[in-house]
Amino acid sequence: MANPQLNSGNPRVDIEYRRRKNAEEMRYQVVSFALMIFLTLIAFAAVAIKGFTSWFTVPFIILLAVVQVIFQLYYFMHMSHKGHEAPSLFLYSGVLVGAIAILAFSTIIWW
Amino acid sequence: MHAEEKFTYETWPAAPEKSTLEAKNKFLGFWFFLGGETVLFASLFATYLALKDKVPNTNMPLAKDLFELPLTFVATMLLLTSSLTSVYAMYHMKNFAFSKMMVWLGITALLGAGFLGLEVYEFSHYVHEGHKFTSSAFGSAFYTLVGFHGGHVAFGLLWCITLMLRNAKRGLNLYNAPKFYVFSLYWHFIDVVWVFIFTVVYLMGMVG
Repeated sequence: MANPQLNSGNPRVDIEYRRRKNAEEMRYQVVSFALMIFLTLIAFAAVAIKGFTSWFTVPFIILLAVVQVIFQLYYFMHMSHKGHEAPSLFLYSGVLVGAIAILAFSTIIWW
Repeated sequence: MHAEEKFTYETWPAAPEKSTLEAKNKFLGFWFFLGGETVLFASLFATYLALKDKVPNTNMPLAKDLFELPLTFVATMLLLTSSLTSVYAMYHMKNFAFSKMMVWLGITALLGAGFLGLEVYEFSHYVHEGHKFTSSAFGSAFYTLVGFHGGHVAFGLLWCITLMLRNAKRGLNLYNAPKFYVFSLYWHFIDVVWVFIFTVVYLMGMVG
């Protein structure tokens, strides 16, 4: 879903193509929004319905959060587009350092 | 293409957020900043997880006594929807529809303000229940994490309103299009952080 400067030689054709391309991308984004709302509802429901053990609920809702954030990053923040190699490097470096911090803090202080 | 050039719907580039050198630098620099923000929020999450429910005596409220599902749910819906409305704003930016973009940015700001209002109400409610910044390690970690996110929302609101006022009569050009785009990235990132806050702080807090 790259969005480069297009040149068919006919400006009218180019504009029509781009307008459709943008509309198509918007549709993907609306679909990912619907999925994000759906995942949020499941996460809240999993907590609202008593009867699951926390050994199930906690990993389950964290998984839902991670999936939702992937939608947010790749569709809303356009990381699925071309030209996002450097942003991916920056973001995943941040995630790596952050994950080590969380691992360290939650294992060092456990009593 | 230079920044002050006047455009029409026909001449507007396909990727206005990356059409000038300044725009490319802005885009790259902003993602670098978001990488840093990821580390910042991750360390606040780490602190919160380590200090959750660490209170000096048994009279003090714990996470499961404080948090309520409906309030968190409404706040989540407000912020999630505001993420979609800023996507709509960028859709119109790419189609060179300035006034439509402004309308959607306005809606985004309103939803953000609603979220912030709920958070202020929530914090004052917790303070009445004895959950304060200085009352326990749990309190400090909670208000630092959630308050830092709220501070980001407040900053985003000011940013959005400033951009809208500053460019109200200017229309879209390659000077301000990257500014709107970078704001939308920031706003989505705030939502990314909130997804983890409602999961890790509120939902996991209520599970116990």
